[in-house]
Amino acid sequence: MQPLIELKDVAFGYGKTPVLRDINLHIHPGQFAAFVGPSGAGKTSLLKLILGTLSATHGQRLINGATLQGRKKLRIGYVPQLETVDWNFPVTVGQVVLMGRTGKGTFWPWPSPTDRRMMGEVLEQLGLEKLTNRHIRDLSGGQQQRVFLARALIAQPDILVLDEPTSGVDMRTAENILHLLADLNQQGMTVLITTHDLNAAAAHLPWVICLNRTIIAQGSPEVVFTEKILNETYQGDMLVMRHENMIFVHQRPHGHTYHDLLPNPVLGHTTNTTAPKPVDTEKIVQEIDTMLQGQPVAGENIRDLA
Amino acid sequence: MTWLEPFQFEFFRNGTLVAVLVGGLCGMIGVYIVLRGMSYIGHGLSHAIFGGAVVSYVMQWNFYLGAGLWGFVAALLINQTVRRTKINADAAIGVITTASFAVGVALISRYRSFTRSFDAALFGNILGVTQQDVAVVAIVTVIVALFIFVLYKQLLFTTFDAEVAQVYGVQTEWIDTLFALVLAAALIASMQILGVTLIAAALVIPAITARLLTDNFDRMILLSTGLGMISGFLGMVISYYVDIASGATIVMLQAALFGLVLAITALQKQAERRLVHTHV
Repeated sequence: MQPLIELKDVAFGYGKTPVLRDINLHIHPGQFAAFVGPSGAGKTSLLKLILGTLSATHGQRLINGATLQGRKKLRIGYVPQLETVDWNFPVTVGQVVLMGRTGKGTFWPWPSPTDRRMMGEVLEQLGLEKLTNRHIRDLSGGQQQRVFLARALIAQPDILVLDEPTSGVDMRTAENILHLLADLNQQGMTVLITTHDLNAAAAHLPWVICLNRTIIAQGSPEVVFTEKILNETYQGDMLVMRHENMIFVHQRPHGHTYHDLLPNPVLGHTTNTTAPKPVDTEKIVQEIDTMLQGQPVAGENIRDLA
Repeated sequence: MTWLEPFQFEFFRNGTLVAVLVGGLCGMIGVYIVLRGMSYIGHGLSHAIFGGAVVSYVMQWNFYLGAGLWGFVAALLINQTVRRTKINADAAIGVITTASFAVGVALISRYRSFTRSFDAALFGNILGVTQQDVAVVAIVTVIVALFIFVLYKQLLFTTFDAEVAQVYGVQTEWIDTLFALVLAAALIASMQILGVTLIAAALVIPAITARLLTDNFDRMILLSTGLGMISGFLGMVISYYVDIASGATIVMLQAALFGLVLAITALQKQAERRLVHTHV
């Protein structure tokens, strides 16, 4: 199958400071993938190279196998980091969503009946239909994320690109967003995200790409989330635990064992010891199982969770 | 004596027509300037255009052509400096426009004989508008209104988030270039009327007053344009009876309206907060 987007030997830097090197990447139609890596690893820069808002200092960016001015042929629905949005800008939910139809509807400044119908459909799909006239600042973090997702979807994109869609929202909202993206992917949408949340990526993403200036590894979380690969990606001491079909990842602080990360009542002993302790994986997993009870189940409709 | 009394004079009718058009024009375009965080550009660019006006005079070019070209180049330079360097908009405006103004001042000091001719450009002269000025302001207002009408969606998206708009296929560089051209035209048309020193207020005050009144972009454009036109009209009438400079009266009226709206909205917010406390 021909990749939707292909990066060949791509390098990028700001001035003399190199940010990315030797990037070779294929994004196939229908793929659901996440870039993971520490802050400063170049995740957002790589996303912008894919979007075409940054130009590579070396290498090629191919869209549908051709080195064309890609964006014209590839419709991209982009959701930026929420931190970059001007929340005081005077726009309502409806106005933001309709931005996704810029250049596609009619010549008039007001939305066409088609624009309005499409807006209604996408807002209903994301459970936002009652918020059309609400100012974007007056929404919860999850609603704000869905508004920008609605703007991306109304553009009828070939690929959805989201920069840190789970940052700045609580755990339940992050789960809901990832469920929604998984649903969209099951309907055939290609989805590409960046995330810091390794556990969420392990639970929801079929494909992860570990990045730190270059691609360290890529594949399913089961294959890629090993202590060796994550230590190389994060340049730290990572702990990976597996239980049934679940993977849990945590960074081990220097000079501590994993026991020290959990509050005393969880493991029932003091943490103030200097001697290293063996990791009681079984017990930790039991505690995590208890914590997960009542959390949303994969595959649930987002509107039930909203 | 009725309030219509001054309208028997042609100079007043012309002046009022131009004040209403310029008020609406500055109100309309001011929304984009305020939301782009470039409030200082009106002030700076009008100073740059002043430099261009002096150069036009010295070179014996047509004022509108020479000053217009100068203003457009200055606006483009600011735009490109912000896009391509680490320099922020306020610093770029400060450097480019002040340097341009300095050229004008230097030329005036060199050719002292024509200093008095630039009083109108500096302080405005609504009551001295000619039929040509009325025509120029009317044409520029129609062009700016058409520009905003045709590119409304692209302008909104570019103003909200230029980088993302680019991903969605909006030609943001073209939009910015055209906007710089339109802004320079609006400033040149307004400069002879309001003067370099007052034009920034006419651009910014109606827009920020409208921002206080609404969270909806469409309404903000309409409100800002309306406030600009109304203050242009009322400012002219008041200036006739109070016998003070028309440009200054218009700006003082806009500032008073802003103060009033600020006070009302602040009181409203306070009342809402009290209501929330009572219900909690």
